[in-house]
Amino acid sequence: MKVFGLIAVFVVGLLLLSATQDFPSWGDPRSAASDGEVSSFYIEKTESVTKVPNMVTAVLADFRGYDTMFETVVIFIAGIGIIAVLRNFEGTDSPSDNDNDDDGAGLLARFTCSLILPFIQIFALYVVAHGHHSPGGGFQGGVMFGASYILLALAFGLSKAKQLFSERRTMIFAVIGIFIYVGWGVLCLLLGKEFLNYSVLDSILPGDSMMARSHSMLVVEIGVAFTVTAIMFSMYSNLSTRGRLSKGL
Amino acid sequence: MIWQFDIIILIFLVVAAIVSLRLKDLLGASMVFGIYSFLICLLWAEMGAVDVAFTEAAVGAGVSTVIMIATVFSTTRRSKD
Repeated sequence: MKVFGLIAVFVVGLLLLSATQDFPSWGDPRSAASDGEVSSFYIEKTESVTKVPNMVTAVLADFRGYDTMFETVVIFIAGIGIIAVLRNFEGTDSPSDNDNDDDGAGLLARFTCSLILPFIQIFALYVVAHGHHSPGGGFQGGVMFGASYILLALAFGLSKAKQLFSERRTMIFAVIGIFIYVGWGVLCLLLGKEFLNYSVLDSILPGDSMMARSHSMLVVEIGVAFTVTAIMFSMYSNLSTRGRLSKGL
Repeated sequence: MIWQFDIIILIFLVVAAIVSLRLKDLLGASMVFGIYSFLICLLWAEMGAVDVAFTEAAVGAGVSTVIMIATVFSTTRRSKD
């Protein structure tokens, strides 16, 4: 069986290697990805149409808003799935686990984490808020914000992190994120344009229709960040405690 | 794009991938997998895809490594095969 596996791996590997011959060379302006009508529109018009210098965020949050919206929903469903599989409401542990405050790390780790945590959170907020002008955005900032809570749970114990970010609050945050995103699209619908067509929002946002698209990207990124933060922390707390949420690592 | 840098990263990438598959210690394997993610992040940053590199550094090398280590602590640490 192992021999067959090796043969299959080598054959597939050789096929894939032979297929790389047909790839365009790196940075080729005439490659299929950058030669089409759509990509040249993005490259030439993004800055003038949306007033956003970061083309990647403009494509993610504006031109392909549907895609990002359902990506957020996919993350939400992944979190729900982990809760459905792992969450154990029985509480079969001994009751001493529940009032155990001493499940964090040592003194040095606690001190270092309490020094570093505010900077992580501020940088995460910066990444979310500045995502349409520099690399970053809702997903990255949300993951970093969730990681700061995971760090808190690692250093001070899960019970401390749960005081700040309880299970109920986690799920409310996750739902709020999707609600912000979808609600922003519905708002465009109510104002008389297509779903997620931000340019119509200039009547309620400051600036012209192009600035409305730029501001809407920020709103949408904030929605994504809410969901990702909550789901990342929920995944960690369920996986590290086998669904009991009683005691951290 | 500096080709020497590329070659070095790609060699380390293959080594990290093989090591993370072959290790019997699951904690070590997930840490080496984090190194693999970080090397891919370096490669993408060097090719100019900064957004993708940022995502890989935050998700791949950061949170997913932590989540995998948390999962290893809930199961046995040694792999059987």
